[in-house]
Amino acid sequence: MLEVRDLSVSYGAIRALHGVSLRVERGEIVTLIGSNGAGKTTTLRAISGLVKAQAGTIAYEGQSIAKLAAHEIVKLGMSHAPEGRGIFPLMTVEENLELGAYIRHDHSEIAKDREMALTLFPRVRERLKQVAGTLSGGEQQMVAIARALMARPKLLLLDEPSLGLAPQIVQTIFKIIRDINQRGTTILLVEQNAHMALQIAHRAYVLETGAIAMEGDAKELAKSDEVRKAYLGVA
Amino acid sequence: MKTLAQHISEISPARAFRPVAVFVPWVVCVLLALAVHFVSPLLVNEYWESVLQRMGVFIVAAVSLNIVNGFTGQFSMGHAGFMAIGGYIGAGVTYYGSLILHGSVGDPNFAVQGTLLMLAGLVAGACTAAGAGYLVGLPSLRLRGDYLAIVTLGFGEIIRVLLELTPKQVSDAAAVKASPIVSFFGFNGATGFAGTPAYANLFWIWLFVAITCVIAYRMKTSSSGRAFLSIREDEIAARAMGVDLTKYKVRAFVLAAFFGGVAGALYSHTGVNPSPTDAGFQRSFDIIIMVVLGGLGSVSGSVLAAMILVLMPELLRDLQQYRLVLYALLLIVMMLVRPKGLFGVKEIWDLSRGDRKQPVGKGGTP
Ligand SMILES: Nc1ncnc2c1ncn2[C@@H]1O[C@H](COP(=O)(O)OP(=O)(O)OP(=O)(O)O)[C@@H](O)[C@H]1O
Ligand SMILES: [Mg+2]
Repeated sequence: MLEVRDLSVSYGAIRALHGVSLRVERGEIVTLIGSNGAGKTTTLRAISGLVKAQAGTIAYEGQSIAKLAAHEIVKLGMSHAPEGRGIFPLMTVEENLELGAYIRHDHSEIAKDREMALTLFPRVRERLKQVAGTLSGGEQQMVAIARALMARPKLLLLDEPSLGLAPQIVQTIFKIIRDINQRGTTILLVEQNAHMALQIAHRAYVLETGAIAMEGDAKELAKSDEVRKAYLGVA
Repeated sequence: MKTLAQHISEISPARAFRPVAVFVPWVVCVLLALAVHFVSPLLVNEYWESVLQRMGVFIVAAVSLNIVNGFTGQFSMGHAGFMAIGGYIGAGVTYYGSLILHGSVGDPNFAVQGTLLMLAGLVAGACTAAGAGYLVGLPSLRLRGDYLAIVTLGFGEIIRVLLELTPKQVSDAAAVKASPIVSFFGFNGATGFAGTPAYANLFWIWLFVAITCVIAYRMKTSSSGRAFLSIREDEIAARAMGVDLTKYKVRAFVLAAFFGGVAGALYSHTGVNPSPTDAGFQRSFDIIIMVVLGGLGSVSGSVLAAMILVLMPELLRDLQQYRLVLYALLLIVMMLVRPKGLFGVKEIWDLSRGDRKQPVGKGGTP
């Protein structure tokens, strides 16, 4: 479904990615783990068109999307829940969700997806009329994911959905991510929380200073010594 | 399998033609303009009528600037530049048009044609301003905050200097007919362009006030309005939702400049001579203050703030030299009491609704 090859991205003089290759098959949860500054966010942004790639190819459903603008990529069915939630703080939760469906005009189908998102996130339903900036961090994260679902994505990019959340909420969020996947959405998940991410993912990539260091089956990687030492905190 | 009808309804379901929703606001606009035009002479004298005219002009200016500064959160400091473009072109069309068509300017027998000329000039001025808005809007794609403010400030000053360099006004009909295009730019340099008849009565001004407000409010509440506000709150997230940043930022500049041009063209037909200082930063600041005071993004806020700020110097006139001090003090107090402006991003009629709790402080994501 998604095939990234030799992706390089620089911010001015800073080379954030040098030659990242990864692939996501339809129906999978693929996770991309790595320490701070490894380039995970940059990878997602390059895929969804928020930053331009200097080199490399990005193919989505067989079509090259490296040259497309972000808003054109959204229309192809790829939706990105940005790092740090990126909700619209002065708008209500409801308005945030409406913006998630910004590119769509099939009103009755939007209503269905909204219902589905609210079923996944009952907390969000309770807060529909509240101004999003006043929600707790966990609730904001739920809004960000629910909003991304409103685009009815075929491929959902999630950037650190567990960031700054209490362990219990993290559990809930990951359970919902798995639900979303089981309902047919392919997911590329960026995480710091390698433990949880490797549990729900099918396959995983480890990113180190802008390049893929390891890749493979998520359960296998979770057992490997390098990953256990570096990312799971096991001596 | 979907039927063809289903496909079509999916493509444009919301476009159903609802005559009531389409026409009623415009009828209301005309009625309001007629009401102001015919009722105010019964209530106030000619002096206050001129205040009402200026008020209308500044409402159009403030509401249009709000499209850029309020809706999309970009900071333009050159709105007076767009107003001046509209003002000069509008005045030029009426003045030189009258000379060419009638041989003289301001003849009462030519009033109907003159008014038509004013409307033509208004459209020409607004379109030219919109074109300038497009050019100024392009850098807004790369520049943020302070830098964009400086570029737009510079734009206003460039317009001011260009106007100062314009050749002398031509008042001889034969000379204008001989070389109409060259004469048209005879805007009289630093002295200002005199003699445009005051065709913009209360009806025309308040008609455009109403039209501008309806269009701005519709923009804000439509799905593209959501797009504007989303840009203002978080550009990255807005792009991730599929909002075309380029399109909306430039569109905001073009629309704001267009109605800024309308405001300027109206103003130059109220008996006030346009002069190059009209394009300067002083005038731009006046309008920014209205927008900020009313609340960035609030259409009704801009309207009310423009009303207050036009009226205040008039009401304080008796205090003579203390007037400006008091004016400044009142501004400071208002900003302290309501730091987000009168209504924030909301409208006056949203205030009573308590179900929208506002975030404390600036309300951003952590
Ligand atoms: N806008 C930017 N300008 C300059 N450098 C940037 C920018 N964004 C990211 N970088 C740099 O690129 C590198 C990769 O950053 P990125 O945000 O992709 O890391 P990350 O893996 O997502 O880290 P984290 O887990 O902390 O979110 C870092 O060295 C960072 O400093
Ligand atoms: Mg990151």
